[in-house]
Amino acid sequence: MTQMAISPPAAASEDPRDRGGPAQPMLIVDGIRKYFPIRAGVLNRTVAEVKAVDDISFYVVKGETLGIVGESGCGKSTLARLLMHLIDRDDGHLILDGDLVGEETGVPLDGLRRALQMVFQDSYSSLNPRLPIEQSIAYGPKVQGASSKVAKAQARALMEKVGLKANLFAQRYPHELSGGQKQRVNIARALALDPRLLILDEAVSALDKSVEAQVLNLLEDLKRQLNLTYIFISHDLHVVRYISDRVLVMYLGQVVEIGPVDKIYEDPQHPYTQALLACRLSMDPEERVEAAPLAGDPPNPVNPPSGCRFHTRCPFMEDVCMSKAPSLGDVLRSSAQDHLAACHMVHPGSGHSRAPLAVRA
Amino acid sequence: MNDMTPTNLSGSMPLAAPFVRVKDLRVRFVSREATVRAVNGVTFDLARGEVLCVIGESGSGKSVMMRSLLRLHPKKRTVIEGSMQVGEHDIGAVSDRVLSKLRGSTISMIFQEPMTALDPLYTIGDQIVETVRRHEGLGREAAWARALELLELVRVPSPERRLKAYPHELSGGLRQRAMIAVALSCRPSLLLADEPTTALDASVQIQVLVLLRKLQREMEMSMIFVTHDLGVAAQIADKVAVMYAGRIIEYGTVADVLNRPQHPYTRAMLASTVKDQERGVQLEAIAGSPPDLRALPDGCSFLPRCGYAKPECAVAMPPETVDARGHMARCYRVGVEGQRLAFSAPAIQPSVCTNASQLAAARAEMLGRQA
Repeated sequence: MTQMAISPPAAASEDPRDRGGPAQPMLIVDGIRKYFPIRAGVLNRTVAEVKAVDDISFYVVKGETLGIVGESGCGKSTLARLLMHLIDRDDGHLILDGDLVGEETGVPLDGLRRALQMVFQDSYSSLNPRLPIEQSIAYGPKVQGASSKVAKAQARALMEKVGLKANLFAQRYPHELSGGQKQRVNIARALALDPRLLILDEAVSALDKSVEAQVLNLLEDLKRQLNLTYIFISHDLHVVRYISDRVLVMYLGQVVEIGPVDKIYEDPQHPYTQALLACRLSMDPEERVEAAPLAGDPPNPVNPPSGCRFHTRCPFMEDVCMSKAPSLGDVLRSSAQDHLAACHMVHPGSGHSRAPLAVRA
Repeated sequence: MNDMTPTNLSGSMPLAAPFVRVKDLRVRFVSREATVRAVNGVTFDLARGEVLCVIGESGSGKSVMMRSLLRLHPKKRTVIEGSMQVGEHDIGAVSDRVLSKLRGSTISMIFQEPMTALDPLYTIGDQIVETVRRHEGLGREAAWARALELLELVRVPSPERRLKAYPHELSGGLRQRAMIAVALSCRPSLLLADEPTTALDASVQIQVLVLLRKLQREMEMSMIFVTHDLGVAAQIADKVAVMYAGRIIEYGTVADVLNRPQHPYTRAMLASTVKDQERGVQLEAIAGSPPDLRALPDGCSFLPRCGYAKPECAVAMPPETVDARGHMARCYRVGVEGQRLAFSAPAIQPSVCTNASQLAAARAEMLGRQA
């Protein structure tokens, strides 16, 4: 399970913190699942379940940026929280650099939290309003056992690294900073434990465009300097294209397409990905969208549609889509260059009239 | 200062009297600690049936400017100067009684966050019916029929059921449509939209934009649309005004401003927007942050972040330079060449500066050589 044939990425380099070698993916997510119960009635019994994350598998190669896109409510953020163990999963495994997470023989939870850190969308509410930012940044290392002096010195170094002058900002409180500065503090705090993998959950979505560009540049710099791996969750498809090496598209708690960024953006296979990409706004006033590419809202995840979950909004829907759920294929055994889509139209012999006839070589 | 009357807008533009006329609008918020100068002399005209997009960063005064058109600011703490004419009404001078009649019927507004703008204790139907009955004096049944019609107009699926729904029972996109329905309930002549699609998903945002544009055309409404997303402006605007530190620094048709931007700020904003740039290439971010509106310096407010500053930029705010098409920019580097605005780059062009200290050094060098 933990040993898999995956071609090493070009960018991977030796890192003393490596446990599994450069070819071992940073993180393997195997069949992870989270259902939230809906309770009702006098006895408070579970009457239904929100299938927020439903059997998702993927891996993140060392040194890459994996972009995760999808509409709100598709389970992107639940997935991020599951990876961080902020909520418990119902089923599935996480393998961090070759070791199972949370099992007796594997990586303990605080080891995971050292290796995996997260930056949230709302830069203000994710900082403690009563702590000066220097202490906010130093908090994690102190909890993990660093002395207060060491932690503070490190916090100051990190502030310089994210472009904040330590003398000016160390003693300020979060409300004294602008949105971009607060997000820089959040990034510094996430870096304080020297993590391998950073989960950025809509980290630039709330920022002004000019500030967004500053923070994106910073993230790219840090990634190179500190040999980081990113999971970048966003609904801004332009930003995802700019920053990602590979992209994972989610719809109603499932992965519908995964592949290298250029393949996804230039040749999207799944009709949902095609529609999402068509929703990008052009900067040219001559190219106005006359009809919305995707009608309606995503269906309710409590009772997701049968078969392919996208069939209620898909222009190519046929009988087979209602009865049989298309499979994405074995993501964990595919290479990082493979482009997979969970759609009957790409699987030969699926019964869809647009499916290819012969098996592709 | 150049003249900015509509008579010098030549070409295909109709010369009818503008429906909205804002002249030298200034808004200050006064408190014991400081005076915040949020809007510092905004002048524009808007014709009937035209869409003006106001673009700017947070804190550029775009929302404040728009809210002044409905006098939504706290009376005691706000000083509003200048004139705002909407139709035959002088918004600055009308009595509160007249104003409350105008609100919702002649001028209507859509807000960014529908959850906080709609009343959580009343159903969508109740909120539309209240507006319709109040302004048009319809009976209960006629008003409900109208509410149903409105929900159909904004394409809410199964409208009968949604009329009886509370705001929290709707998704973000539906809530925003319901708010548009409330805003359109009395067929306003002027619709003010404050980032109505910013909180929505890309797929829903495009639905709402297409809908708004269609309704605006059908009802021949004028619309002022505030956004910080240039892509949204490209989709919906006829005219675009770029605001910085409470002033309009560039104004023109959407094609002129987005395809031939003149002011360094507009150019920088376009360059820093992530749109299909090559991966691994640094984005051209605008260094620094917007000025403090409590203590605005003399001179051009963009000077501290500008890569093309001249000595005179520090002395006074540049005047408006307008070309024959009505394209206006406020920058000493912009002149009129032939019929169009033209930006003349300085002799020593600073390279793209990625941080504030580099920029300061480059600017000092440039100011020194030119002085």
